[in-house]
Amino acid sequence: MTDPILEVRGLRLSIGGDEGIAKILDHIDFTVERGRILGIVGESGCGKSTIIRAIIGILPAGARIKAGTIRFDGEDVLSLDERALNTRIRGSCIGFIPQDPYLALNPVFKVGTQLLEILRWHAPDDGLGHRGRDRRHRERILALLRRVQLPEPEAALERYPHQFSGGQRQRLVIAAALATSPPLVIADEPTTALDVTTQQQILWLLRDLAEEFGLSMLFVTHDLGVVAQLCDDLCVIYAGQTAESGKTADVLAEPRHPYTKALLACHPDRAETFTGIPGNVPSPLRPSAGCRFAPRCNQARDLCDRRAPHLSVAPGGRRVDCVMYDQPTAVAT
Amino acid sequence: MLILWKFLRDIPALIGLFIVFFAVVIAIIGPWIVPHPGDIVASHLLQRLKPPSAPFPFGTDNLGRDIFSRVILGTRGALEVALAVVAIAATIGIPLGLIAGYTTGLLSEAIMRVTDVFLSLPQLVLALALAQLLRPSLETAMLALALTYWPFFTRLVFAETRRLRASLFVDALQGIGASAGRIVFAHILPNAISPIIVRATIGLGFTILVAAVLGFLGVGAAPPQPDWGLTISESRNYLPDAWWYATFPGLAILVTVLGFNLLGDGLRDLVDPRLRRSR
Repeated sequence: MTDPILEVRGLRLSIGGDEGIAKILDHIDFTVERGRILGIVGESGCGKSTIIRAIIGILPAGARIKAGTIRFDGEDVLSLDERALNTRIRGSCIGFIPQDPYLALNPVFKVGTQLLEILRWHAPDDGLGHRGRDRRHRERILALLRRVQLPEPEAALERYPHQFSGGQRQRLVIAAALATSPPLVIADEPTTALDVTTQQQILWLLRDLAEEFGLSMLFVTHDLGVVAQLCDDLCVIYAGQTAESGKTADVLAEPRHPYTKALLACHPDRAETFTGIPGNVPSPLRPSAGCRFAPRCNQARDLCDRRAPHLSVAPGGRRVDCVMYDQPTAVAT
Repeated sequence: MLILWKFLRDIPALIGLFIVFFAVVIAIIGPWIVPHPGDIVASHLLQRLKPPSAPFPFGTDNLGRDIFSRVILGTRGALEVALAVVAIAATIGIPLGLIAGYTTGLLSEAIMRVTDVFLSLPQLVLALALAQLLRPSLETAMLALALTYWPFFTRLVFAETRRLRASLFVDALQGIGASAGRIVFAHILPNAISPIIVRATIGLGFTILVAAVLGFLGVGAAPPQPDWGLTISESRNYLPDAWWYATFPGLAILVTVLGFNLLGDGLRDLVDPRLRRSR
């Protein structure tokens, strides 16, 4: 394969708080290939949003990256300073679609002002002067709004965010993320806050846009159904650890990690009887050194608590972080 | 439009708006409408301490000056002092609040603790001390008032910024490559502007009151300025016989401060309907 657009390797991250240090991420490992959509799936609180924040460098105060690398287009993002991130990565190279479109726009400014502002920061000075540039930006925004199927784009520019419905706002936010034509778009549960029919439309729109603009996309969600529809590749996260990754169809057809199996068994469309997974997500304050799923795993062994997390290549080009798929020599019998 | 309609139905706020508007007009055109514009400095000893009458609606003072003219002429000074003090306080307080609210750690803590120290300074005591250190004048009084009023802006803006910093649109802006300065000044400040306006309006009334107190204590305006507080101070020797001497400047203070407070309360109700005024 060609070099990937985004590569996260062995990412470990802790957040210091009042109750001690929470080890939020422990060995997160995934790759977004060029022109493909990677879905990251995990339960609430497993660190999905933190991964995104680490990539674009907007971690909350107290968060420390302990190990690992994040490479965007071959460049180590973690070594860049704030200024370089703002001018070269955020917005211009990585578009960001935040979780809740109801809150993602500044309520006191007109939509047009906000969209044009983004282009103005990132646009290089092309010698056309302010007026020429502004007109060109306006044309580009209108074209984008038409492309994301927002009704009456001309009038929309003059309206405030609260005058749009949720689905329309999500279209606006998508247009904002695409305004600077970034090669990679990161979406943080972009459909969670919407109702099911709108959700469907937004998913189709994202799928079409990705194809049309040749976008690579990192799509974070808790909904396996969404992943199945949208994503080429899939990465399953449990409690800050990568459980398993591979092509979406392969993983869904034949899950290998016990967590993935359990998760699929919980999905109402697939499960014959509703099973659920016994136990709760462990606290990140005092996690085990080994596999964090071990306490809830029905195939756990003694080794699980000691084995440092790492991905093994399982049959079919899949990558699984489980003792069962370690090389035979590594498994103590 | 809805906001305007709500405001128009708020009778006390409308009264406040009317008073403030009236005071501003008086302040602007005062020198041209008063019957005795020369009475800032002139004295007419033959007509001293005359009770209210047709030529002198508010009576005359111990130097025979028309109190009606002097009350009107004093409006401009009172509003100028209030505006200057609030403007200086906002200029100091708002940027500090934005910085302290947006950053975390030592810088933020340092700003807020210094703010707390200034909040604990009693306004009048500081003004008297400064008057002793420098010289008693209107400028000294204004400096003292500004130095004690900016912490109110800092605390207000700090709280607003902390709240807004956690909002998703700030995350979205960060993710899209906006610098901290742009986020703070171009996006957070406009969101915090309504409570700032409310605080400034109430601050104007408050400052007029304290400035009058400083004038009364002799560390604000100096004679022969037609300052309301100063006039009340000068009237003390002639009370209670010359009741009009203190009453009309006092009423001017009362009405103006009341106007600003009613307007400020009305604006606050518009901005934050949760803090309904109890009726």
